[in-house]
Amino acid sequence: MFDTLLIANRGEIACRVMRTATRMGLRTVAVYSDADAHAQHVRLADAAERIGPAPARESYLRIDAVLDAAERHGAGAVHPGYGFLSENAEFAAACEERGIVFVGPSARAIRAMGSKIEAKRIVAAAGTPVVPGYQEADQSDAALSRAAAEIGYPLLIKASAGGGGKGMRLVREPDEFPAALAGARREAAAAFADELVLLERYLDAPKHLEVQILADQTGHTLHLYERDCSVQRRHQKVIEEAPGPTVSEELRTLLGEAAVQAAKAIGYVGAGTVEFISQAGEFYFMEMNTRLQVEHPVTEAITGLDLVEWQLRVAAGEKLPFRQHEIPRNGHAVEARVYAENPARRFLPSTGTLAHVAFPQEVRVDAGVATGDAVSVHYDPMLAKVIAHGPDRDAAITSLERALARTEIAGVAHNVAYLRRLLAHPVFRGGDYTTGIAEEHADELLAEEDHLPAICAAIAAGRLGDSVGPWARRDGFRLNGPASFIQRFRRERKEVEVVLSEGQAQVDGEVFDVADVSWNEGVLALRVDGNRVGARVVTAGPSLYVIIGGSTARFDPGDVEGAARSLGSAAGNRVVSPMPGQVIAVSVKPGDRVKAGAVLAVVEAMKMEHSVAAPRAGRVASVNCRVGDRVDEGVELVVLEE
Amino acid sequence: MAILQSNIDTGAAAFAANAKHHRELADELRTLAGRIVEGGDARSRERHVGRGKLLPRDRLSRLLDPGSPFLEVGQLGGYELYDDWIPSGGIVTGIGRVSGTQCMVVVNDATVKGGTYYPITVKKHLRAQEIALENGLPCVYLVDSGGAFLPMQAEVFPDRDHFGRIFYNQANLSARGIPQIAVVMGSCTAGGAYVPAMCDQAIIVRGQGTIFLGGPPLVKAATGEEVDAESLGGGDVHSRTSGVTDYLAADDVHALGIAREIVAASQQRYRATVETRTPRPPAFAEEELYGVLPTDPRTPVDVREIIARLVDGSEFHEFKALYGETLVCGFAHIEGMPVAVIANNGILFSESALKGAHFIQLADRRGVPLLFLQNITGFMVGKKYENQGIAKDGAKMVTAVACARVPKFTVVIGGSFGAGNYAMCGRAYGARMLWTWPNARISVMGGEQAAHVLATVRRDGAAARGEEWPEAEQAAFMDDIRAQYETQGHPYFASARLWDDGVVDPADTRRVLGLALEVACREPLQPQSGFGVFRM
Repeated sequence: MFDTLLIANRGEIACRVMRTATRMGLRTVAVYSDADAHAQHVRLADAAERIGPAPARESYLRIDAVLDAAERHGAGAVHPGYGFLSENAEFAAACEERGIVFVGPSARAIRAMGSKIEAKRIVAAAGTPVVPGYQEADQSDAALSRAAAEIGYPLLIKASAGGGGKGMRLVREPDEFPAALAGARREAAAAFADELVLLERYLDAPKHLEVQILADQTGHTLHLYERDCSVQRRHQKVIEEAPGPTVSEELRTLLGEAAVQAAKAIGYVGAGTVEFISQAGEFYFMEMNTRLQVEHPVTEAITGLDLVEWQLRVAAGEKLPFRQHEIPRNGHAVEARVYAENPARRFLPSTGTLAHVAFPQEVRVDAGVATGDAVSVHYDPMLAKVIAHGPDRDAAITSLERALARTEIAGVAHNVAYLRRLLAHPVFRGGDYTTGIAEEHADELLAEEDHLPAICAAIAAGRLGDSVGPWARRDGFRLNGPASFIQRFRRERKEVEVVLSEGQAQVDGEVFDVADVSWNEGVLALRVDGNRVGARVVTAGPSLYVIIGGSTARFDPGDVEGAARSLGSAAGNRVVSPMPGQVIAVSVKPGDRVKAGAVLAVVEAMKMEHSVAAPRAGRVASVNCRVGDRVDEGVELVVLEE
Repeated sequence: MAILQSNIDTGAAAFAANAKHHRELADELRTLAGRIVEGGDARSRERHVGRGKLLPRDRLSRLLDPGSPFLEVGQLGGYELYDDWIPSGGIVTGIGRVSGTQCMVVVNDATVKGGTYYPITVKKHLRAQEIALENGLPCVYLVDSGGAFLPMQAEVFPDRDHFGRIFYNQANLSARGIPQIAVVMGSCTAGGAYVPAMCDQAIIVRGQGTIFLGGPPLVKAATGEEVDAESLGGGDVHSRTSGVTDYLAADDVHALGIAREIVAASQQRYRATVETRTPRPPAFAEEELYGVLPTDPRTPVDVREIIARLVDGSEFHEFKALYGETLVCGFAHIEGMPVAVIANNGILFSESALKGAHFIQLADRRGVPLLFLQNITGFMVGKKYENQGIAKDGAKMVTAVACARVPKFTVVIGGSFGAGNYAMCGRAYGARMLWTWPNARISVMGGEQAAHVLATVRRDGAAARGEEWPEAEQAAFMDDIRAQYETQGHPYFASARLWDDGVVDPADTRRVLGLALEVACREPLQPQSGFGVFRM
């Protein structure tokens, strides 16, 4: 076995691989870009080498730089993690050339699975089911409707040359087929000058199931059961579980066998994943990922096997010492992916410095970040994976939900609250959810803004005294009366006003009872309307973050607006000459719509040109001057309306 | 430093009885204050809010930094002073923090007689400016006033300390570099127009604030010109045309935001002129003061028991403890700031007066602020004492009090009678701030003594004329005198006339003193005179 392992990756997966490698007694080498010089994976490794500037193309994707580093540090093997070079056949080949072990399948296997069409052809030939379809040259009506009957309904008619939905038709019943076919051809011809179409079975409510594969160099290939990865937002997985909650023993066996068959068909070595879509007990091969998956921990949790350990052992030439029926399967595991993104703004990635990060200890957390780290635009915004394991599905979900409730992240927008709502959703709880779950229930899954964080922020602001002394103590002292505390914040883009008084808080006019407030170094505990609330409060510059139950709200000082707010003229309609002079330009005519600040006319006086601007947005009612007119100060030039 | 010990048994029945009595006084004070801070009657307030305006104390709280303390001055001003109910004297004044800077804030209450100036309103406004001057506090005026209260114009307009003095002060405060900032949130009519006009910077709320020397009715009467208030002197006119105001705001909240920015940009730099320490609470709870104070003012209490519940760590470095024992003098800290405490512990004798004079000089040379805890029935009287020259010794202490350069603070914790009031830095002696406890009594002498003195004079007069004065009439006469002294000696009566800066709950005294000390300890002292400390 090699004694030094280079990890050609970053973030949580680099850290996760290092942990196993270190446990196995290997020396670990990290590579990093300029953006990651102080990142968690660099801190964790025994040695680290810079391989280029921040953009991945100039660092983590540079095969020569990575392998040079491996050679310099005497690494006998390279683990590619996922993403970056993990499914790059050239990289696998380059490793082989330099005599470095690539922890993964052969370059040939990667290539075979790299093309979706090629992959489908290979596995179909081996007997693995693929989505039924027709893409032959015979485009006669008869051939196509015969094929349609074989494929079954509903089905899709797509333009061969297509894209963007042009020429696409969803057909639910056989008698709709002829008209749909004619329409698809017409559109295809118009859009692509090519009326060639293909047919494909359409699954309208599928599940995304995938099977973990492990194969050694002798061809001994095992499956480690399936994972259900149907909870996706914007086509990216966010929650995965194993085993699949709706998968029967019978289906499990069929899926496993099909996956092993597909892997064997390309002589697969190492850990890999075969992805299927499935509906109503049927399943079809989609693609094979020739690497470790993000969601591999759920499989580890139920099998008790360390997949990275077996990747390394297989790469070192060891044989898998167990047979299929010996693979354990215990309880249930669920994983949630914590992303730096804003669910309320269509999951837009969020960047910034992590002012605070804390994960619960009771469950497995694969994280690649810590307090103070930067989340940049250069890489995937995933911050961590939280994985819970329990004797049954309910126990695992409950445990994961609790863990997320104790997750504390401040500094970037994140999806922890969104994940909690997903886990609590009855459709998810029921188990028979499909890939449509996130979109179909989008409204229920988005956070309702409540006033608790604002109350906590205002109370905390009073405790965060900057210095000692009677005036620095922000207790709102009033002579012979109850204390008065008014705090104005901006939360997102909204103004919030919190009025604190004895035993009460008023947020935007809504009154709450507040009791039993205690404050201990950033942890606030209190009762609001009788309910116990615990909050972590983090400050970063002028911003204040309040984290309650995993959900983070950011507050900024409220009165930044001040004098900067510009007020248009109240008189408004009459626009007059600012001084005596000559009109040298008129830029509007009656009926024109103008924005505030738009130039309406230009008056020349004292050797200067003075623009006469619209004091507000509106419509031009009349223009009372012409180019060349001599005007006095205060003469009406333009009149606005509306 | 020595830590004061307490001989008070907090479990004793007397303690509980005292506590009950003084808590009731404090509750009564809070109840009254609660009524006062409401402002004008419900109808006026509703009308005010209905116009989109914030109530005066809401304006105040939004002007101040979130959670800033507000050291109100003259809260009971105007209480039962006129037939009309004039809460806060129609104007809220006090010290609060704006953008990190302590400011004197003056807020007209338009819900009280349209914010017009009664004599007490003027007095309060001038007192606020005086405090601002002594402590170098920027002034923020939230203006919403109809000007002088016309029915009382003779007591408001012409004299030295009447309406005109407000603008005189503004000019002179500004000349000293003390920022003068006005926020025009309602009318500023006639004389009132000069408040914003005399300010360094002025903000006006559009469609709400107006400034004019003569309002539309007066203009019509004078010249026949018909004009509406907004075109005569509204926000747009003054911010765009006349230039009377410098900033135009959309509403109250916006205007207060601008005021906060102006203060933030005003470059006020302060440095403490005394060595400060980290504040520490007293070793004995401040609330114990309720039980420490006797219910009957004639029952003596060792004033060190009170000092122990006001000063940091109850630490007290006593001066001349064995001499002139009826006056307790010593150094201590309150909220981290040094103070020289002078407290009555009985009648003033020659020795106590000399000790006081000595200690005041000492504190002055050391630059330590003075705190007088006043509970004094007066100087000792009688042949022996007059012959010893107690008047001369008392005068030494009064001279020292009058001429001390360091900031002086006075809390009337019991009686304040006769010349004792002067020696213990009564209102006339220029205390930066003076407060009264709810149990205090202030008069030229005690009611009982006054009744006897006046009855004796009258009886003697009657006797000289050979007339008889029936016993029953004498008793009724004396009862009247006692009742008059009880009314006029009551702290509410005093505070209503601004003989003090406020009636303060004993348990809040330390907090209030800390706030006042911190703003007082920032202005450099006048140069010292050419003599050392005279030993007395």
